[in-house]
Amino acid sequence: MFGDLSTRLSDTFRNLRTRGKLTEADIDGTLRDIRKALLEADVSLEVVKTFVAAVRSRALGDEVSKALNPAQQVVQIVNSELVEILGGEARQIRLAKNPPTVIMLAGLQGSGKTTLAGKLALWLKNQQQTPLLVACDLQRPNAVNQLTVLAERAGVDIFAPEPGNGVGDPVKVAKQSIEHAKNKAHSVVIIDTAGRLGVDEELMKQASDIRSATDPDEVLFVIDAMLGQDAVGVAQAFNDGVGITGSVLTKLDGDARGGAALSVASVTGESVLFSSTGEGLEDFEPFYPDRMASRILDLGDVLTLIEQAQKNFDEEQQKELAEKIAKETFTLEDFLDQMQQLKKMGSMKSLLGMMPGAGNMKKQLEDFDEDELKHTEAIIQSMTPVERQQPRVLNGSRRQRIARGSGTTVTEVNALVNRFEQAAKMMKTMSKGGTPQIQGMNMAQMGGGNPAVKKSKNKKKKGSKSGNPAKRAAEERALLEGKPSKSEGSGSAFGL
Amino acid sequence: MVDFKFWRKDKANQQTVEVELPKRDLNGIRSLFPGEMSADSIQDLEDILLMADFGYQASEEIVAELKSRANKFGAVSDAELRLVLKDLLVEYLERDDAQLNLTTGKLPYVFLVVGVNGTGKTTTIGKLARWLSDGGWRVTLGAADTFRAAAVDQLGTWAERAEADLVRPDKEGQDPASVAYKTVERAIEQDADIAIIDTAGRLQNKKDLMDELGKIRRAVDKIAQVDEVLLVIDSTTGQNGVNQARAFSEVSDVTGLVLTKLDGTAKGGVLYAIQREFDIPVKLVGVGEGINDFAFFSAEEFARGLVAR
Repeated sequence: MFGDLSTRLSDTFRNLRTRGKLTEADIDGTLRDIRKALLEADVSLEVVKTFVAAVRSRALGDEVSKALNPAQQVVQIVNSELVEILGGEARQIRLAKNPPTVIMLAGLQGSGKTTLAGKLALWLKNQQQTPLLVACDLQRPNAVNQLTVLAERAGVDIFAPEPGNGVGDPVKVAKQSIEHAKNKAHSVVIIDTAGRLGVDEELMKQASDIRSATDPDEVLFVIDAMLGQDAVGVAQAFNDGVGITGSVLTKLDGDARGGAALSVASVTGESVLFSSTGEGLEDFEPFYPDRMASRILDLGDVLTLIEQAQKNFDEEQQKELAEKIAKETFTLEDFLDQMQQLKKMGSMKSLLGMMPGAGNMKKQLEDFDEDELKHTEAIIQSMTPVERQQPRVLNGSRRQRIARGSGTTVTEVNALVNRFEQAAKMMKTMSKGGTPQIQGMNMAQMGGGNPAVKKSKNKKKKGSKSGNPAKRAAEERALLEGKPSKSEGSGSAFGL
Repeated sequence: MVDFKFWRKDKANQQTVEVELPKRDLNGIRSLFPGEMSADSIQDLEDILLMADFGYQASEEIVAELKSRANKFGAVSDAELRLVLKDLLVEYLERDDAQLNLTTGKLPYVFLVVGVNGTGKTTTIGKLARWLSDGGWRVTLGAADTFRAAAVDQLGTWAERAEADLVRPDKEGQDPASVAYKTVERAIEQDADIAIIDTAGRLQNKKDLMDELGKIRRAVDKIAQVDEVLLVIDSTTGQNGVNQARAFSEVSDVTGLVLTKLDGTAKGGVLYAIQREFDIPVKLVGVGEGINDFAFFSAEEFARGLVAR
């Protein structure tokens, strides 16, 4: 996400980094690049102008000329100005002192309001709130229906007394919903409204009437990350017409550069509170201006990554895992377990996208095959418990069987075993107090590529495997108990 | 006014005949340049084009060309400059293949409608279906958006309004390619004039979903010729529209663009870059939420609207 802008700016900065002192011409050249990059990223022209002027005046000032590394200083300035525009400090959603908190959603058609309502509801539910979704988009065919389905998927209640499709008064529904929420003790009310154009006075008045009727704690403006130059005008119109308290950025998982976020935040002076990053209901996260600015500058978003990991990894399991790693009993089964936890965090692609340096890996990321994970899962699931716990027993014919069982090839099985051994080694280092070097990490190592993995010899166990299932089970039992297999060379069908 | 002719089957004698369809005008394009145009203000045009989403490169290109032509023709007054600019835009945007491909007479026609989420695919199909059915055509709609919650019902509502036949998936989350196939099959069975297939919105960088679209296209190819693959682009979209056009063309061989929501303040300038770069004509524009709110794209009307005072 924001990938192209990241790439552009890092190119610009690479040129700056190689120089020592900055001249005024250097700065102007850089700013031209930044201006172009921001325009190509759909940041509105007037916002670009203000931004570039602010950076320029600071860059020409003392702080740069006196800095030890002037180029880095310019990066700093660009970064801090970006954060400034995106809304400065991260802001939490405002909850009412006396519930219910009322959140109203507004935006253009197709910006993703209804889907977002479902995501916000699920997110609030996970925060121990009891949200109520209110269907006030009575305009778009089957919007009410869509919200009903989303409420069901999110496991939250919905207030939808009118069928929609042009039937019903949204202002009345909004008003009733507050009473309904109070009666049913809902802590948050989320009002989905019809999409409207900034120039549609009638619908804008309706939105403003809904606002007056419900006195919301938050009026969130939903912006499509693909929005172009019109962002400024639209944000202005909504701010004047309804009055917004913050915005939400949707479809950030696309390859749009998302300059609209800068434009809207700049014009309204209100922060972006959340971003929506995928098709799933759980693909939703708080928006952090500082992290987003870092992301634009291609410093990655390690903080978000860490936070997601904390949310999804069960603490108990983590502890157990740490013990296992310390005791060197980390097995393929744990590996599988971990991978399934990782999948809960969201798609691998969006995870990798948050890592530093990901901007340069855009192409690889797009080609990253989520199926890889499925294959890995299939391979491990085709192993016997012994094989999962002691991968060293994996000899050629076992590997062949696993490949057949999982519909993969022996090469893929080999690659997985190698990767596992590598991972186990790395974890061991970490558990001994070594820190993973995230900053300098080469992204290619994270993906399927594994250039760093040396062609390690497959540690084939010389031990045999018997064709006799009973005997084989006995062997495996023996292995599990840590006894050496005696069958080697015995050739006896009876195991002794 | 664009005057197109169309071919469909005459129910009485089963002949394919040339027919007329209700006319549509492209009105309400908002002016780019309400101020006074003069030789001095040409440079300001670059900013104006940038703000209309024409993009960095196109804006530079247009301004340079306008300057050189203004010089050549000695255009200095406001009216002269506007005329030169209009002609220039028309020249760049006009195509002789901008009409819907409803002329071969080989029935049923098959349209596939694709695009990212929230651009107005389903609404566009509703409008097209109503327009065709007003002209006496038999229309079959296919709800191959089996992903978004209640998308099938949304298309169903439009099908009712347009009195069109609707093919629904048998179950939730069904393979959209099979729904698309079934739609064309049903259109053939029912002797329909046209089958229009709705697909789920997908972001163009999601490989799996784009592969799925390729599969839908191939499934339809097996049973009939596809006459149009319409890529629906929201006119509020910025430069990402270029990426959309590139990616969708690659997997589904887009034959025309539909620019929606042109009734707002957005100018849809990205269509310029798309049409120039990928050689795909704009065929339709959406200008409102009403079932009749769409028009054929005319470079002349579009450019005239943009340069009007």
